[in-house]
Amino acid sequence: MIDLLIIGSGGAALSAALSATQNGKSVVVLSKTYPTASQTSQAQGGINGVIGSDDTVQNHISDTIRSAHGLGDQKSIEFMCKNGSDTIAWLDDMGVAFSRDQDNNIAQRKLGGATNARACYSSDYTGLKILHTLYDRALKENIKFLNEKIALNIIVEDETAVGLTYLDIKNSEVKTIKAKNIVIATGGYSGIYHNYTTNSTATTGDGVALALKAGCKLANMEYIQFHPTSIKGTGVLVSESARAEGGYLVTKNGDRFIDELKPRDEVARAIYQKIQDGQSVYLDLRHLGYEKIKEAMPQEYELVLQFASKYLDKDLIEIEPAAHYTMGGIKTDMAGQTNIKNLYAVGEVASNGVHGANRLGGNSLLEIITFGKYIGDIATYSTNNITNIDTLLEIAKIKEEENIKKLFHSSIKLDFYEKRDNLGETFFKNVGLFRDEKKLNIALKHIEQLQDDIQYMGVEDKSAIYNTNLKEFIEFKNMLEISKSIILSALYRKESRGAHYRVDFQDEKENYSFDTVSYKIDDDIKIENQN
Amino acid sequence: MNINVCNKKYTIEQKVNNILQALDFIKTKLDRSLAYRSGCKSGVCGSCAIRVNGVERLACKTDIKDGDTIEPLKNSMIIKDLVVDIEQREEILKKVDPSIKTKSDLEISAKDEKKIDKETNCILCGSCYSACAVFEVNKEFIGPFALVKSYRYIEDKKESEILSKIDAIQDKGVWDCTLCGGCDMVCPAHIPIKNNIMQLQNKSVMLGYNNPNMANYGSGFDTTVDFGFNPNQF
Repeated sequence: MIDLLIIGSGGAALSAALSATQNGKSVVVLSKTYPTASQTSQAQGGINGVIGSDDTVQNHISDTIRSAHGLGDQKSIEFMCKNGSDTIAWLDDMGVAFSRDQDNNIAQRKLGGATNARACYSSDYTGLKILHTLYDRALKENIKFLNEKIALNIIVEDETAVGLTYLDIKNSEVKTIKAKNIVIATGGYSGIYHNYTTNSTATTGDGVALALKAGCKLANMEYIQFHPTSIKGTGVLVSESARAEGGYLVTKNGDRFIDELKPRDEVARAIYQKIQDGQSVYLDLRHLGYEKIKEAMPQEYELVLQFASKYLDKDLIEIEPAAHYTMGGIKTDMAGQTNIKNLYAVGEVASNGVHGANRLGGNSLLEIITFGKYIGDIATYSTNNITNIDTLLEIAKIKEEENIKKLFHSSIKLDFYEKRDNLGETFFKNVGLFRDEKKLNIALKHIEQLQDDIQYMGVEDKSAIYNTNLKEFIEFKNMLEISKSIILSALYRKESRGAHYRVDFQDEKENYSFDTVSYKIDDDIKIENQN
Repeated sequence: MNINVCNKKYTIEQKVNNILQALDFIKTKLDRSLAYRSGCKSGVCGSCAIRVNGVERLACKTDIKDGDTIEPLKNSMIIKDLVVDIEQREEILKKVDPSIKTKSDLEISAKDEKKIDKETNCILCGSCYSACAVFEVNKEFIGPFALVKSYRYIEDKKESEILSKIDAIQDKGVWDCTLCGGCDMVCPAHIPIKNNIMQLQNKSVMLGYNNPNMANYGSGFDTTVDFGFNPNQF
């Protein structure tokens, strides 16, 4: 039996795989995509780490705590911030081509909500370069990859995770794998905001759904970060580095209306308010000049040209907020431990308290690498004493095969692609930047209807070979699985705090400084608070 | 607007800006069986490389026009429609030892980092292998993106042990490339691949390796060689 099964193959997964391998453990990385296609590739702005003499770890801790609005976990935040320089050094030594300043130090830029220039970067391709360097190292270490396999169910016995059923996308076969320890590192769930997100189409909350079905607790699912600057109508991100390098946000007549480097939630709300008032909002970088833009933001220059047919150095770029990052996820402690034994979660899929109510720019890459590495170190020590794993997996496999067969043979009355569009629109409008009880209840009703209707939806493509219709239906079901947790958590939190803004409860309330915990009982979602 | 995808005609009735949006329209409205890969929709995940009118492109970054013909990448087995088998990429990359072996203690300047800036932007989309004239006839050829990867670590000042990396690209590597530049033309990350390979050739010579093709060519002047059949009995 392998020591560690990692589901997902982005920055957190690869960091965990590398550290576990370096500890002599056997590792398998299973993912529905190829590793270099992971969401990590889209992180542009930077990775935080205190490496210069002008900044202190305490500053980084304070900034992160302030941004977390009382919901963060002090221990996790301290661990992450203290390890910042080690994480940067680990990546730099591995070969990540960080941009350098004139004194040959790793260059740093100041992102929103930070008191210092703390984000190390590689122009605006930071995530891409980190991801590929980790992948290169994983190849060197001969880590085993199972690509294009989508996880179906985690097998749990005696409150202990023992294995996984998964679908091989290439041939639609159900397979199983057992492992002493399982790490979920599948990324976030912004994909629920279909057509209203900067994320990859793969970010469908698969890991959160897996965990919820397996009996895990989720935390702070209502916390979704909307990025202020997505190119209007495209879901294509212009990174925060644009504002970090001195970009302005302006209305049509050129008026600035907010400090561009305030935390993302405040900036995004200010923009959305303008849009709701019927105004257009633009990113203005013209004063920075072509040379500076091409040097610091080559990717953004190209994206704007491609997707808005505009020149970043000459034109105003119309932008809008879009769902970008999910602070909520599988509830874990600092070490990634879920409430199920031998089951861990790390990265955006997890909620370990480092972001609280709002994530700071540059902290997500730091989180995935630092905690990924840490969990790879510690997760591989525990084993289980369950003796009938093979039988359990065989039973689970037969059940999944029947489910898939049923999908192929059911008659279809409703189109899930249309329902996926509806889901995205409902979430953006009703579980978006400005929420209230009425809107949230509209969304809840919509989700309950979809849950009733799912029996009438299915897979029209009946072929077994590379059936993306089947894969996308599984993804849609995953999104639906966790949608109710988000809405019920948002209803439960009758206050405004960080990224969760209730028009009907606009103040932050002291008695709400708890984690909103959700879990499944029978077929319903239960919500409670936990300090 | 009509487009042709894998020899099937589709009419796109909705306003779409790029090929990926057209494929999404076909998939969700016209043909549930169409298979293609996609991800970031912004040109960095490398999933959606295909051929448009015969030329390798990223679907998400290619404007659409009436009459476009969309096909899968060449030089790989087609799994279904636009999806080709990319499983072998892992083994191809492993051939060039793509990682820092012994970390040097040298200081890295902005200039040093710039030297590998473009190459570290490779998204492994596979367009270059599809466009490669050598790979088309010789699947043993290490090929463009793996050689870019090799270049990226050989030129990285952080690596102090480049000899084994240079050694790894001699057989079926840098000398098999005809420097036609077909890969350069299609690279969405604008990596100067041909130039990278030429520099790897130069570096190889500097480190004492020979172009084996030149060596073979030169052997014609070796008078000790027995040419076998000699009708004039010289």
